[in-house]
Amino acid sequence: MDATGLELIAQRVRESVGQDAVADTIFYRGRATLDVAPRSVHDVIAYLRDGDEEPWERLMSVHGVDYLPEEPRLGVHYELLSMERADRLNVRTRVTVDDPRLPTVVDLHATADFQEREVFDMFGVVFEGHPDMRRILMPEDYEGFPQRRDFPMGGEPVIYTFNEPKLPRWYD
Amino acid sequence: MTRTKVEGDDLRVRQLKAQQLLRGELEGEDLEREVEQRLLFTKLETAQNWARKNALFPLGFGLACCAIEMITVIASPRNDLSRFGAEVIRFSPRQADLLILSGRVSIKMAPIIRRLYEQMLEPKWVIAMGACSSSAGMFNNYAVVQGADKFLPVDIYVPGCPPRPEALIYGIMKLQDQIMGDPAMGWRERYRAEGTEEPAGGVEELA
Repeated sequence: MDATGLELIAQRVRESVGQDAVADTIFYRGRATLDVAPRSVHDVIAYLRDGDEEPWERLMSVHGVDYLPEEPRLGVHYELLSMERADRLNVRTRVTVDDPRLPTVVDLHATADFQEREVFDMFGVVFEGHPDMRRILMPEDYEGFPQRRDFPMGGEPVIYTFNEPKLPRWYD
Repeated sequence: MTRTKVEGDDLRVRQLKAQQLLRGELEGEDLEREVEQRLLFTKLETAQNWARKNALFPLGFGLACCAIEMITVIASPRNDLSRFGAEVIRFSPRQADLLILSGRVSIKMAPIIRRLYEQMLEPKWVIAMGACSSSAGMFNNYAVVQGADKFLPVDIYVPGCPPRPEALIYGIMKLQDQIMGDPAMGWRERYRAEGTEEPAGGVEELA
């Protein structure tokens, strides 16, 4: 795929899903990305799987990202693959921390089940309509979303020579 | 104990003396010398500990990369832990008395390990193998327990990332020295865990 092909895909998506579905297209270092409005993620991925003349039939992975200084903070990336054309397309969207909700794509791609659970576990993005929205890696009673960038590192302070006086009575 | 080499005629003489000793035919100084030569006196506890330390049953349980080294120690003829009497792995905690924590302990795994530990036979010992289970190593983060001694009494810490098999064998030999000293090591007092013993009569005793 090239930048022109990406623009054509974006045009077809806009025509069939809605004019405001695709906010932006990014073509960077050979990777094509559609920047999609959060509420139309499901429709866009459904169209790309079934409706488009160049179908993207496989969902390879779902990622979460935290762009801390920027707003909206949380990002979710879907990586689509066409086995026939050996080509990839990224679909990405951004949600705020206050309202981190996205429609699930489990009904389209069964592989999204565990991956959306992992994004929920690590970033706290709730996928609405997911059949089993639980934590997958951390213990079930864990509080917080550890991969958010404002989450404390955890662990214990490491004693070096320079910070030993700052940690009084560390040997207790 | 020292071993003396006995040959030919001398052996024959000793066999006759032993016969006489058993029949009760020896008396006085003869009897005393024979007993001194042939019997070994010790305390019951020492004999018990000696048997315990040479029959450790490790739990077949690996956590992370250190497990590869642990398996090499226990199950390969190259390192051959059976030389030190600890090679019989049991895959049920009910039959094991040595837990080798080989790898990092995540906070999700910690309750499970604690449960395995509580199911093990007493007296029981724990070896924290490698940097991760001793002190979390490089995993100073939200997901890993900062040292297994946060939730378990650990007897021996083996440093290394991972430790060489020789290091683990050395740790096990150190543990055997500990067992000769005091098998219980007073862990229930240290961890305020009195009253969690399994009753000798089984579950019926609790009811």
